[in-house]
Amino acid sequence: MSCPALVALIIASIFHVQRFPQSCAGVCLSLLQINQLGYQHCGPIDLQIDAAECIGVSGESGSGKSLLLRAIADLDEHAGQVVVNDVAAADMSAPDWRKIVAVLPADSQWWFDTVGEHFRDDQNARLTALGFSSDVMGWSISRMSSGEKQRLALLRLLNNRPVVLLLDEPTANLDYTNTLIFEQVVDDYLQQNNACAIWVSHDSDQLKRIAQRHFLLAEGRLQPC
Amino acid sequence: MLISLTSFDLSIAAVLVLLLAFLSWRMQLNIAGKLLVAAVRTTVQLLLIGLVLKSLFSNVNILWVIGISTVMISVAGWEILSRQHRKLKGWWGFGISTGSLFVSSFLVTLLALATIIQADPWYHPQYAVPLLGMLLGNTMTGIALGMDRLLQTSWQQRAIIEQRLMLGESSMQAISDIRKEAMRAGMIPIINSMAAAGLVSLPGMMTGQILAGAPPVEAVKYQILIMFLISAGTGFGVISVLWLISHRLFDERHRLRFEKLLKIPS
Repeated sequence: MSCPALVALIIASIFHVQRFPQSCAGVCLSLLQINQLGYQHCGPIDLQIDAAECIGVSGESGSGKSLLLRAIADLDEHAGQVVVNDVAAADMSAPDWRKIVAVLPADSQWWFDTVGEHFRDDQNARLTALGFSSDVMGWSISRMSSGEKQRLALLRLLNNRPVVLLLDEPTANLDYTNTLIFEQVVDDYLQQNNACAIWVSHDSDQLKRIAQRHFLLAEGRLQPC
Repeated sequence: MLISLTSFDLSIAAVLVLLLAFLSWRMQLNIAGKLLVAAVRTTVQLLLIGLVLKSLFSNVNILWVIGISTVMISVAGWEILSRQHRKLKGWWGFGISTGSLFVSSFLVTLLALATIIQADPWYHPQYAVPLLGMLLGNTMTGIALGMDRLLQTSWQQRAIIEQRLMLGESSMQAISDIRKEAMRAGMIPIINSMAAAGLVSLPGMMTGQILAGAPPVEAVKYQILIMFLISAGTGFGVISVLWLISHRLFDERHRLRFEKLLKIPS
């Protein structure tokens, strides 16, 4: 690791200990630990993320950003280890792992006819925060815009109460106002639930708004920037 | 009772096929070649199996019956594979299709021979071979349809399957709707033909027995037996296909792994 990068990392970690002293009394174990993660042409990747922290990742298309999220969620074969709250993915059933390590893909998929069939219970508080009225659960999927689908996909994901959010260019289809609302809902969730997030985005302004640390994925390595 | 057909009788029917071929050639309907090849194939194949059955009947031996059953099941297995829009990888595809035919036809035939028909000896080719052939021919269609639907739909809906996995569903939950659809696709032909039997259509085997001089009620009883065997066989066969394919499609970490089962264009 280069010297300025190391300094930046140290400064960043001091900043986080100061910002979230309640989550780290004494020795601070990270919420999410990625050790020697390798997949296809990428890796090994090491990364630690604390509770209530959001990490920004950018990189050219084809650099393996989506594959990184898929590997963390154990959707693809990979080398190395991912640990959440001191429990490794291998020690947990894959469906249980994906409930706490949740991917929001760039294009959300809907397979039933109405919105409500995709939800197990009502999420009224967040529904209104995301700008939906309470009758949205009766909506048919075919009349939804891509932006509405994306906001509801976030809601559906948060239904599982995940500990780690893996967001793959989640606001690419949203206008500016809705993007800001989306960011706010994610941030509120992270703070209230001591969860953490990896946010993949091309938009460096957005990453400045939402991420405490920012990495560039290039040539299969994560570099702080 | 049985009115024997002469070559002249058959050639009258053959003239009809030739006429149709000629007409479709004149109208440029592009079916004449295929029609004639199929007509020649059916003549040669059926004459051959007629000779085979003749020698089997005069020489009752369990090894011969096993031998011809193996050939029939293998050919039906290849036939199922050739009807798939998504091409399966070599031995896995063959194993899945012949394995399900083994369950759907071979075991069901065995059960029927041993407990229902009770010929002497139980493997007598006069009963064993036609029964197996009838079950294979009919369950093959259902299995091919069910398998094709399962593979096609899960390939087309792979994004949905993965989305459901991402939300923490197990592999079997994620593919459950597609499995239901595939089961339906496989079972609908036999359910329809059971529903229409006697009212709309007179099933082939029953008609054959009646033409051969059997009393109609005896022929009907055999037809009911066959219908039940076919529907049970098709159902068990499609279920085996669903089980084998949906387990092969995912790995132990509930990941979708098409490359283990299908030839995927790069």
